[in-house]
Amino acid sequence: MSLTRRYFLRSTAAAASVTALASPVFIRNAFAAEPILVGSLHDQSGTMAASGSPMVDSLKLGVEEVNAAGGLLGRPLKLVHYDTQSNIQLYSQYAQQLSVRDKVSVIVGGITSASREAIRPTFDRFRTLYVYNTLYEGGVCDRNMFITGTTPAQTVAKLVPYAMSKGGKKVYIIAADYNYGQITAKWMQKYVKENGGETLSVDFFPLDVTNFGPTISKIQAARPDLILSALVGGNHVAFYRQWAAAGMKDRIQIASTTFGLFNEPATLSAAESDGIIGTFGYFEELTTPASTAYVDKLKKLSRGIPYISELAAATYEGFNLWVEGVKKAKTIERLPVIEALETGIAFDGPSGKVVVDHKTHHVSRNTYLAVVKDRKWVVTETFPDAQPLDTAAVCDLVKNPNDNKQYEISL
Amino acid sequence: MDLAIILALDVLNGAASLFLLCVGLAIIFGMMKIINLAHGEFVMLGAYATVIATNAGMNIWVSMIIVAPLFVGLVGLLIERCLIRFLYGRLVDSMLATWGLSLLLIGLVTTIYGNTMNGVPTPLGGFQVGEYRSSWYTLFLAGMAVSVMALVYALLRFTRFGLIARAVMQNPNMAATLGVNPSRVYMITFGIGAGLTGLAGGLLAPLSGITPVMGAAFIAKCFITVVGGGATIISGTLTASGLFGLVNQLGAYFTTPVYGEVILFLSAILLIRILPQGISGRFFKGMS
Repeated sequence: MSLTRRYFLRSTAAAASVTALASPVFIRNAFAAEPILVGSLHDQSGTMAASGSPMVDSLKLGVEEVNAAGGLLGRPLKLVHYDTQSNIQLYSQYAQQLSVRDKVSVIVGGITSASREAIRPTFDRFRTLYVYNTLYEGGVCDRNMFITGTTPAQTVAKLVPYAMSKGGKKVYIIAADYNYGQITAKWMQKYVKENGGETLSVDFFPLDVTNFGPTISKIQAARPDLILSALVGGNHVAFYRQWAAAGMKDRIQIASTTFGLFNEPATLSAAESDGIIGTFGYFEELTTPASTAYVDKLKKLSRGIPYISELAAATYEGFNLWVEGVKKAKTIERLPVIEALETGIAFDGPSGKVVVDHKTHHVSRNTYLAVVKDRKWVVTETFPDAQPLDTAAVCDLVKNPNDNKQYEISL
Repeated sequence: MDLAIILALDVLNGAASLFLLCVGLAIIFGMMKIINLAHGEFVMLGAYATVIATNAGMNIWVSMIIVAPLFVGLVGLLIERCLIRFLYGRLVDSMLATWGLSLLLIGLVTTIYGNTMNGVPTPLGGFQVGEYRSSWYTLFLAGMAVSVMALVYALLRFTRFGLIARAVMQNPNMAATLGVNPSRVYMITFGIGAGLTGLAGGLLAPLSGITPVMGAAFIAKCFITVVGGGATIISGTLTASGLFGLVNQLGAYFTTPVYGEVILFLSAILLIRILPQGISGRFFKGMS
């Protein structure tokens, strides 16, 4: 298009009027206590909604508490939340919006590893601080982000020996077919080997598989002593039902890194789920005062919340770690907050004490082992101050602050 | 030997579930040429009806076999009157409208029952085949598939309604001149299709994790089966679900579940390439 005089006049006039409209807002904000914007990207609809909804509620609780206590640095907090609708494309789009248009101070969110890897580069590029709170396969090394969910060294490493002591040494692994399941299955194999066991087979399942008949036959043919499951999502719950329907439940022990993240124990009958072993960074059934207080508050805020798992608790803790970081830095600027968090800031959350690890930007935290009984988890063991050793073995942000990649385990 | 029996049961299970899931779609698509993209959501509604009725204290068999098809059938009638009846003969419009309908149904169920998982336990236990175990429910599903097949066949073949319905599907104008009201026949047929889909949802409820979005897992396989089966409802759906059930289950057993799905879709592409009219377009012409 050639630049005509008319076009030039029209566009400058438009620009001038936009500036004129915008300036009163700017003046008003400069004098009032402008809210600090906290970005949130979670799925509240679609296949991941069962995970995302409690995370959003938990984040809202955190923001409300800070505001009730007079805000942060004398300014109120305001949540800018986008429902990513279980759609990776929307993750990328909203991540850009939060960084560029809304200019939020921090972003809390991302659920699946696929969604995290979709938005992480955006926040690196636009230098927006990012807090990720889902348990995941480990290995992300990025100074711009902090990760509060558990990693395999904190959960799988504890789960495998316990489950092997209950079941036996011959292990069959079943996992969801995307990066979380693929990498977690590798960690499972590593820990099985380290504990003197043998992996008979590793099977992956696309997320829309609903008929597990052939798999159940295959498992029976392989005769394992123990099944390790990293199945994900509503469709995969069918495995546990069809397994129980075939009468296999009391014959082979099942342990899982994912079962019970939603309300599975309450959904399945006791006959289908009794005895399944799980390890997470938090269980709603924990009876510590911090945990029960948190559960009460969150259930008051959101009555319909079906189960409060590590996802919600870690989101609350991740957000509060950022709050502590800002308090220490006395600013919401990205770099000073990162440096403040790197001093090893701690927060006493519902799961216990959570401490930021400078080297990996992960956290050390308590993890818990529990067994399903009567449609509830019974927490049987606590592992205090579990370290993110998997990531620490490959990632050192003290030495290489510019490192930026996800390391994968190789067997 | 035991393994062969177990594998045969797996194939039976795959084929029976596929047949139950597809027969309602085959009626709606095969007879009225409506591409019902809300088919998966009809399955979901059937599963929810079962869960809710069972949790309200109703006997699980009653809620699976009676409540689920009745409820979804009524929903189907309502939808036909409000939406589908304006779309006969408009293939592309019907796709768009039913896709919208599927989003609406997902949204409604999510709003009312939340985004959480639901379920009912599987009735019946397992049994032993040598060193392997399988579930009685597999055999029950196969039995239900056979009964549904017999019922639909008898309905279309031996009743006055079946005769009229087939006549309307072949030539609505001619049927109308003979005093039949095609609109009413369409309505009832759509209701029956929806009801059978609801029945499938009810029967699969004890084997699935039930969420508002569960329908998405079924829709592609159902359409492939119906298109692969071709125009005749019973024989087409039966042969196609038998074939795809076999390929999918054995593929998943001998390779991995990932390849099981790949092999299923590959064989569907091959089938459509070789038999563009579907299996029944070639072998069972003129049967119901």
